Amino acid sequence: MTITPRELYQIGTYAAGNRLLDLDQRSVQAHGDRTNSITSGHRACQGCGEVLGARFVLDAAMRACDGKVVVSNSTGCLEVFSTPYPESAWQVPWVHSLFGNGAAVATGMAAGLRAQGRDDIRVVGQAGDGGTVDIGFGPLSGMFERNDDVLFVCYDNQGYMNTGVQRSGATPASAATANTKALGAEPGNIFGQGKDLPRIALAHEIPYVATATVADLHDLERKVAKAMTFRGARYLHVLVPCPLGWRSASHDTIKLARLATESGMFGVFEGERGDVTAVSPIRRQVPAEDYLRLQGRFAHLFGEHPRPDIVARLQEQADRTIARLGLLGAEPHDHTLEV
Amino acid sequence: MDKTPFAISLAPGSSTADKTGTWRTERATYVTSMPPCSNGCPAGEDVRGWLKHAETEESYEDAWRQIMIANPFPAVMGRICYHPCETACNRGVLDESVGINSVERFLGDEAIRQGWQLPKPAPTGQRVLVVGSGPSGLSAAYQLALLGHSVTVKEAASEPGGMMHYGIPSYRLPRAVLDAEIDRILTLGVEIELDSPVDDLAALMQAEHYDAAFVAVGAQIGKRAYIPAGSTSHVLDAVSLLHSVADEQPPLVGRRVAIYGGGNTAIDAARSAKRLGAAEAVVVYRRTRNRMPASDSEVHEAEEEGIAFRWLSTIDHVDADEVTLERMELDADGFPQPTGTFETLTADSVVLALGQDTDLSLLDGMHDVDVTDGVVRVDEIGMTGRSGVFAGGDMVPGERSATVAIGHGRRAARAVDTWLAGQVAEPQASGPLADFASLNTWYFEDAPRTHRSRLEAVRRSSTFDEVVVGLDAETAQYESRRCMSCGSCFSCDNCFAMCPDNAIVQLGMPGEPYAIDLDYCKGCGLCATECPSGAIAMVPEEI
Ligand SMILES: Cc1cc2nc3c(=O)[nH]c(=O)nc-3n(C[C@H](O)[C@H](O)[C@H](O)COP(=O)(O)OP(=O)(O)OC[C@H]3O[C@@H](n4cnc5c(N)ncnc54)[C@H](O)[C@@H]3O)c2cc1C
Ligand SMILES: Cc1ncc(C[n+]2csc(CCOP(=O)(O)OP(=O)(O)O)c2C)c(N)n1
Ligand code: SF4
Ligand code: SF4
Ligand SMILES: [Mg+2]
Repeated sequence: MTITPRELYQIGTYAAGNRLLDLDQRSVQAHGDRTNSITSGHRACQGCGEVLGARFVLDAAMRACDGKVVVSNSTGCLEVFSTPYPESAWQVPWVHSLFGNGAAVATGMAAGLRAQGRDDIRVVGQAGDGGTVDIGFGPLSGMFERNDDVLFVCYDNQGYMNTGVQRSGATPASAATANTKALGAEPGNIFGQGKDLPRIALAHEIPYVATATVADLHDLERKVAKAMTFRGARYLHVLVPCPLGWRSASHDTIKLARLATESGMFGVFEGERGDVTAVSPIRRQVPAEDYLRLQGRFAHLFGEHPRPDIVARLQEQADRTIARLGLLGAEPHDHTLEV
Repeated sequence: MDKTPFAISLAPGSSTADKTGTWRTERATYVTSMPPCSNGCPAGEDVRGWLKHAETEESYEDAWRQIMIANPFPAVMGRICYHPCETACNRGVLDESVGINSVERFLGDEAIRQGWQLPKPAPTGQRVLVVGSGPSGLSAAYQLALLGHSVTVKEAASEPGGMMHYGIPSYRLPRAVLDAEIDRILTLGVEIELDSPVDDLAALMQAEHYDAAFVAVGAQIGKRAYIPAGSTSHVLDAVSLLHSVADEQPPLVGRRVAIYGGGNTAIDAARSAKRLGAAEAVVVYRRTRNRMPASDSEVHEAEEEGIAFRWLSTIDHVDADEVTLERMELDADGFPQPTGTFETLTADSVVLALGQDTDLSLLDGMHDVDVTDGVVRVDEIGMTGRSGVFAGGDMVPGERSATVAIGHGRRAARAVDTWLAGQVAEPQASGPLADFASLNTWYFEDAPRTHRSRLEAVRRSSTFDEVVVGLDAETAQYESRRCMSCGSCFSCDNCFAMCPDNAIVQLGMPGEPYAIDLDYCKGCGLCATECPSGAIAMVPEEI
């Protein structure tokens, strides 16, 4: 048997840090001096994926821009749980816009900074999926078209969570919400509707579009840093599981994000000026069912009156994403650092 | 609100006034639990602990010292241990178990090469007798010497080491390696008297004033089954055969040798016979290969060297140049039953490897020592029925291996020490097990195992050169880094990164890398689920 010696860093860059790696090879979140853009005392639910996503994104942006970042934030959980008067959990310059005009406010901030000649200060606009794909879509599409110098981040928890879990254009088919109840022959959200905003953004041929999840920290941070190397409109769509709206265990938030990508239910890719340039391939493929079963919003597909036909339709959707992006068999990112 | 700058309505980070930890019903807590490797190691090594040191070159010596706490024979055991640690290793479920044994050997060899020694402790003035210098006796002597007791080892043979010297062939355990590790024990001040059989333990203890004794005389007598034989001159037992080889006075075995038995000793005898010039060596065993007690890797190596096997066969009788075998078949319970079908096998000699018996005559004078089924009963700390007299290794009930023997020696040494202080030792308790389900293996790299290369079969069948080659530094390091640190934090920062409430603080102190800030831990449990090594538990709060 031949031995191929190779440096093995045990957890490579799968985990946030790794004591065997140099500090700069560890994630921003592994650094004791990270910004903590949103800090303790906020009122997000236990295990909230959205607050994690926001801290991951903004801390990475702060590092990439030497701490010069300003943020607009549409109404939604992220805004409500972070700033109940008279407290704020933000430790970055942050402004609350309305539910629908986050992108427009960010555009204005970018214009103001340009007028002042402050191109060192970078603008991030952020919103939930409702504020992005539904009510906020007009201003966002305009921002893309004008190529305003803004990184717009959508924290996609697949519903209007702040107002009590209603359906949004990003809610998956069959998911039960307050207004798509698990009743009748076609329980939950109907098939054939909804919007795939990352692809819509890509169609605007803006400089940079990417998707990410809270389960792959290094990938997410790398994409934020990369977005900051471009000027003009950039879009980042981050899947952030919501224990309340998904009726999942609070400790399963990251696991669910991982299962979403490993099943193909959420495709992770990046693209420039209209073309997909890279994807995150599936590492250990799982059936969509593994992902669905952990969520109470899909409980009607299992249990006493199971609906394997609907599970199969969801699996078809996953297979379609896998095929479209080529998520099987593609070259993985190098999580193994050979130094 | 006064201190906030112009146009800033809420002070940055002012949310910390809200102690959201009050929402919690469960709290996250760092735990350390027993990894399966250590749990499976009969010598009680902290495998996870020393593998962690072996991850970088600077701490090889620390790794070695960590092994030495439990086992004074890393270079020896890195070669001959049947490594139940690897059988138990969680990584085996993921891809292949960590090559613990090969890293242990690497560290043992490194210690010999670098001449690492142990500090000599202050003497206590108490005198302990050890009978037998096998792995068990030497392990006890070593531990007792480290505790400062003055130890005398009485050994019947002319060389120390017991079966490590007289049983295990040198192609598996080179004598230079064994001698180096024994010398290191003697350097601690352990006295060894060779060619000194003990025939009456009670009398000796009294005459030479020992405060306590540890007896580990092993099982030296090869079992002889009754086999009708036309001529007995060419029937020998495996233990004697290997003993003579160790004495460099090998017997003439002839061109064709039949070996009777299915244990490791049978395999060692067959492989030795090949090296002594036998053209054919055939192992005769009454059951099937998968029921053979010999370890898989040794059977495999024997097959590579051209050793033949006759499964489901017993020896019915032996004649001058052939043996008659009877075919067996396994009954429903897996026991071999005779079939009445016979066949012959040409053989110039027959080696019996049917297990070993003990010679416990030195204990005849101690009526309170309980000898049942030819072995000595001991309690859970290793003491016999006679207070102050302890025993271990092959002469007590249980699995017979060098590793078990070393574990017994250590256990008894601890008990002797407590007993000398006028107290009674408590049996060692072990905590909860870090099983595979407690890990989050997503975070580990896909990393296949490196295998020790073997000497080409051609060369080794004619010499007693060592068969299995050690790992080089790079591969040993790679192998160590495959350890998943089951049940113990290894500072991956996942918890620190993945707490939605920033409730984890990096302390960066050895042994205490992080702390949970209970003012803000809401008890979501994300850290525990995403901890790769299962080192965080969620504990219910009293509410
Ligand atoms: C051929 C063979 C191969 C083996 N291979 C392996 C292996 O690969 N891995 C493994 O883990 N185990 C192996 N074993 C088993 C292992 O060697 C034994 O389990 C182990 O040596 C037992 O240790 P011990 O100290 O109890 O006894 P021993 O090693 O037998 O040592 C007992 C010592 O006591 C001495 N003695 C006996 N009577 C007296 C007396 N009255 N006075 C003074 N001294 C006395 C003996 O001379 C001997 O030196 C093998 C055994 C054999 C026979
Ligand atoms: C014009 C307008 N309509 C309705 C609302 C009520 N509202 C506040 S947040 C929200 C939903 C937010 O959903 P999303 O953007 O997905 O964010 P999430 O809370 O899920 O993070 C709604 C409907 C509002 N604030 N303004
Ligand atoms: S409802 Fe969902 S998104 Fe909102 S705070 Fe709770 S977990 Fe987070
Ligand atoms: S992976 Fe490491 S700690 Fe876990 S059982 Fe194997 S050797 Fe022990
Ligand atoms: Mg939402």
